[in-house]
Amino acid sequence: MIFYLLRRLAGAVVLLLIVTMAVFAIFFLIPRLGGATSDQLAARYVGKSPSPEAISQVKHSLGLDKSVPEQYGKFVKGMIAGKDYDTGVRKVHCAPPCLGFSFRNNLEVWPRLQDRIPVTLSLAAGAAVIWLIAGVSIGVISALKRGSLWDRFSMGFALAGVSLPPFFTGLVALALFSYQWPIFKGVHYVPFFDNPGSWAWNLVLPWLTLAFLYAALYARLTRAGMLETMSEDYIRTARAKGLRERDVIVKHGLRAALTPILTIFGMDVGLLLGGAILTEQVYSLDGIGKFAVEAITQQDLPEVLGVTMIAAIFVILANLVVDLLYAVVDPRVRT
Amino acid sequence: MTEGARAGDDVKAAQAAEGAADSPDVRERDVLVRVRGLRKHFPIRSGVTRRRAGAVKAVDGLDFDIREGETLGLVGESGCGKSTTGRMVMRLLEPTEGTIEFGGRDITGLSRGQLRPLRRDFQMIFQDPQSSLNPRHTVGTIVGLPFRLQKVTPEGGIKKAVQELLELVGLSPEHYNRYPHEFSGGQRQRIGIARALALRPKLVVADEPVSALDVSIQAQVVNLLDDLQNEFGLTYLIIAHDLSVVRHTSDRVAVMYLGKIVEIADREDLYSSPKHPYTVALMSAVPVPDPARRETRERILLKGDVPSPMDPPPACRFHTRCWKVQDICKTQEPPLAEITGRHQVACHFPENVPAGEGGAVEVVELVKPGAAADVDAAAAGVAEASVTDVDASGAEAADADAGGPTDVAEPKDTPPTSAP
Amino acid sequence: MPRLLPRRKRDTAAETPKLAPAGPPPEADNFLEVRGLTVHFPTDDGLVRSVDGVDFALRRGRTLGIVGESGSGKSVTSLAIMGLHGNTGARIGGEIWLDGQELVRSTPEQVRLMRGRRMAMIFQDPMSSMHPYYTVGHQIIEAYQVHNEVSGKQARTHAIDLLGRVGIPRPDRRVDDYPHQFSGGMRQRAMIAMALSCDPELLIADEPTTALDVTVQAQILDLIRDLQREFNSAVMMITHDLGVVAELADDVLVMYAGRAVEHGPSRTLFEQPRHPYTWGLLGSLTRLDRDRQERLMPIKGSPPSLISLPSGCAFRTRCPYADHNDGREKTEVPQLLEIEPGHRTACHLDIQERERIWTEDIRPRL
Repeated sequence: MIFYLLRRLAGAVVLLLIVTMAVFAIFFLIPRLGGATSDQLAARYVGKSPSPEAISQVKHSLGLDKSVPEQYGKFVKGMIAGKDYDTGVRKVHCAPPCLGFSFRNNLEVWPRLQDRIPVTLSLAAGAAVIWLIAGVSIGVISALKRGSLWDRFSMGFALAGVSLPPFFTGLVALALFSYQWPIFKGVHYVPFFDNPGSWAWNLVLPWLTLAFLYAALYARLTRAGMLETMSEDYIRTARAKGLRERDVIVKHGLRAALTPILTIFGMDVGLLLGGAILTEQVYSLDGIGKFAVEAITQQDLPEVLGVTMIAAIFVILANLVVDLLYAVVDPRVRT
Repeated sequence: MTEGARAGDDVKAAQAAEGAADSPDVRERDVLVRVRGLRKHFPIRSGVTRRRAGAVKAVDGLDFDIREGETLGLVGESGCGKSTTGRMVMRLLEPTEGTIEFGGRDITGLSRGQLRPLRRDFQMIFQDPQSSLNPRHTVGTIVGLPFRLQKVTPEGGIKKAVQELLELVGLSPEHYNRYPHEFSGGQRQRIGIARALALRPKLVVADEPVSALDVSIQAQVVNLLDDLQNEFGLTYLIIAHDLSVVRHTSDRVAVMYLGKIVEIADREDLYSSPKHPYTVALMSAVPVPDPARRETRERILLKGDVPSPMDPPPACRFHTRCWKVQDICKTQEPPLAEITGRHQVACHFPENVPAGEGGAVEVVELVKPGAAADVDAAAAGVAEASVTDVDASGAEAADADAGGPTDVAEPKDTPPTSAP
Repeated sequence: MPRLLPRRKRDTAAETPKLAPAGPPPEADNFLEVRGLTVHFPTDDGLVRSVDGVDFALRRGRTLGIVGESGSGKSVTSLAIMGLHGNTGARIGGEIWLDGQELVRSTPEQVRLMRGRRMAMIFQDPMSSMHPYYTVGHQIIEAYQVHNEVSGKQARTHAIDLLGRVGIPRPDRRVDDYPHQFSGGMRQRAMIAMALSCDPELLIADEPTTALDVTVQAQILDLIRDLQREFNSAVMMITHDLGVVAELADDVLVMYAGRAVEHGPSRTLFEQPRHPYTWGLLGSLTRLDRDRQERLMPIKGSPPSLISLPSGCAFRTRCPYADHNDGREKTEVPQLLEIEPGHRTACHLDIQERERIWTEDIRPRL
């Protein structure tokens, strides 16, 4: 067990390192391989019609005039220890974890992201709870009543959920429940600690929109997993012991059927924490996803880079958590 | 062993001759397959860094010959390395050590390219006809594939040749355009046999050719293999766990235990007077379809399971389960030595050796499970059995992922309680 | 194994014909009595007649071997007795009497209370038959606690005791191991311990040694025999291996395509078999105990589809003597009739003729 934990932990650290390399390569190396000079690169960080001084300033402060390993070293060091930027107007110390400095907005990236993490977190966590409960229950009942009206109906619902994108369902939900029948009027983010009731009330529509997509997916997954598990030999053994059908399903069937779903759940939540782009966009929630979209449309490279790093870290963390949970659930993994 | 080591010679002398296993035996030219010192170790990795922690010694030093036109049966329980051996002879697995000669030519070091022209001379039949036939190909494509691979155009074209092959194995030529799922298990095995025979190989390695089939179908396939051997003078290496199938099909039988051959002899010799205690126990454990004999039959109950091939017992590997075990068995490995004629056995205290001929011969007490008085004792023997922690059958699968769990079995130093 | 059960249709409950009232209860001697058992599975391709009229009786302390090839209905029969066809859409007819209670007409809850307590089952593959996520001990304790109001501690003691009885060394430690930490033979022992947890009077063993090595198979067969003597239970041994049957069974039932074709005492069945299918099975055997016959005498062809069985005698397409019956074999299903006390066969062939074929043609060539 301890070996397993250490191995997974070491794996996560290595993966993190690889991610920084990949991100570095994408943002600094590949353009250069494409033939861009360091001047051209620096220009991308400054904004429209940059002055030559600003460019050389940025070039220097980004270290674009240094060698590649040196640049990478600075890049990593900046994240861990922070670094100083000289914008030409003032010198800025970017405190760790320094994910970069947006020359366009004259702001550090990390504090801006920090403001947005709670939004995305609220959205993702709430939706995850809803879709997990709804998806798994629908899937289990469908599997147990295979071929029934319920099964056909819920699988139709699942098909709809999988095929309708959030920008459609979200807009329809807004049109219906915010304008036609103004139950959830003027959806906006209220911090949880300011007013929990208002926090939840405002998030109901975004949660449902997001959960609809995933619940559908999970219903299908659970149904398939449950059908397979219930035909296993050990389920027959459980019945042969004379266990009540409820115990057979919950204790023996569900536990095994849910294990693979756990993995997917972890990955999905991790991905969502990096930004539920469509849902945030539809409901104008200032989360990480919306931040990413804005950064990309404005071609603000430092912000894009920061968001990428954050998203990658969330995925890696989620993966680690899943691995550890797996070991708790499945005794065969613990070696 | 020289020809001199015949019945009547001292076992010790025969043992001394060990190592000279490839001495000029009778009819050197007849030997089609010659295996010497064959080993296969699968590495095991464990710990944080997945460093090499040991090895599954799936096959650990085999010497045997298969003569032309002869059938060698390789028999043993799961994890004994019989399938690994078959796959090495087929060169589907790289041996860790040792040589395999085919028709006098050493094929161990040959590259894929060098091996290709030789491949047509040795073919394989697999256990599971379900998974060894590509479900998306027609029977015609499957059976015709060897021709295409070897770029051989038979007289009259591939299609005609395939149809002849189908007829040969008892299928109809009209089956040419059908798919494997349209056939029953026995018919699929026939397709596999037709494919193996397409290029008229000299050697056919059959790994558990009938164990996935129903009894009545098994008999059909066994008969078919027999007929084909007579017709084409095939040489077979038949790998099976079923001693009765091996008895029926083989001319010569090798018994394997934990990666080693413990006994090898001509069929009649082996079955009429098995010499290695393991062979004796194995044979006595097979249920015989004769209820009249169930009360009188002598049975030896072995203790526990086969130890893990990751950490086989030292010296004689059978000593942890043997009822005749002595101190020497735990310290000195008995060589595979000739006792009588072509009967070789690796044991310090072989069974069924006439007095005055062998070395130490010991009287064995056997369990008669029918005798009520003995039943409790036998049960107690089971209850005391030393059982090791690792499923030995895992070893066969170890090549797939040698990085699996590595609880290492500790073969216990069981006191030499005899079975009864 | 029942994995090959066909995909079911949902509307079975509505279509299931009303069961006729059960006949009189059997004599007290017969702990288990099966009468005219049918198990049919409706599928998209047609009705699969997995079991089509089987009857037999079994007393306490006796062992019945059920032999047949895959698809003969032997496993389906045992699952029907255990009431484990519950949600497969199977239509079950006939009568199953267990100690005076008729099971086919009982509610699922009544049958559930019998399962594990009065009748228990061991399965072929001990690896896949144990839940990988629970310890061996937990799974035995669970089986014990369903039917007994005992504390967790008592149940655990009982589990350790059982593991010891089936020959697992140091049961007090192994009780907390997971199935994957056991070897194949030990897993089957643990399965047996689980089945025995409530001292069942009927033990059904479905190919209990097929997945095991020969030397381990011998241990397990011995264990089953000893436990049977100890508990005086009735044992149903389902197997394709005639050797296992000869080793253990008092009586043998030979099944073919969902029907019993021969039934009698073990000795009789091996020494004076009176059905061509039984002859075929014996002729197909490779023997360890005899010199090799030049050729085996297999049964020609392969088992028929259970959806479209041949008319009349289901075996006629593979029977070498089918044409000795003036066409009766095509129109009439042979009934399982007693040819001598305790020995029943289902064959149209004249009994004298069969005796002659066996003594003159078959036996000398075995």
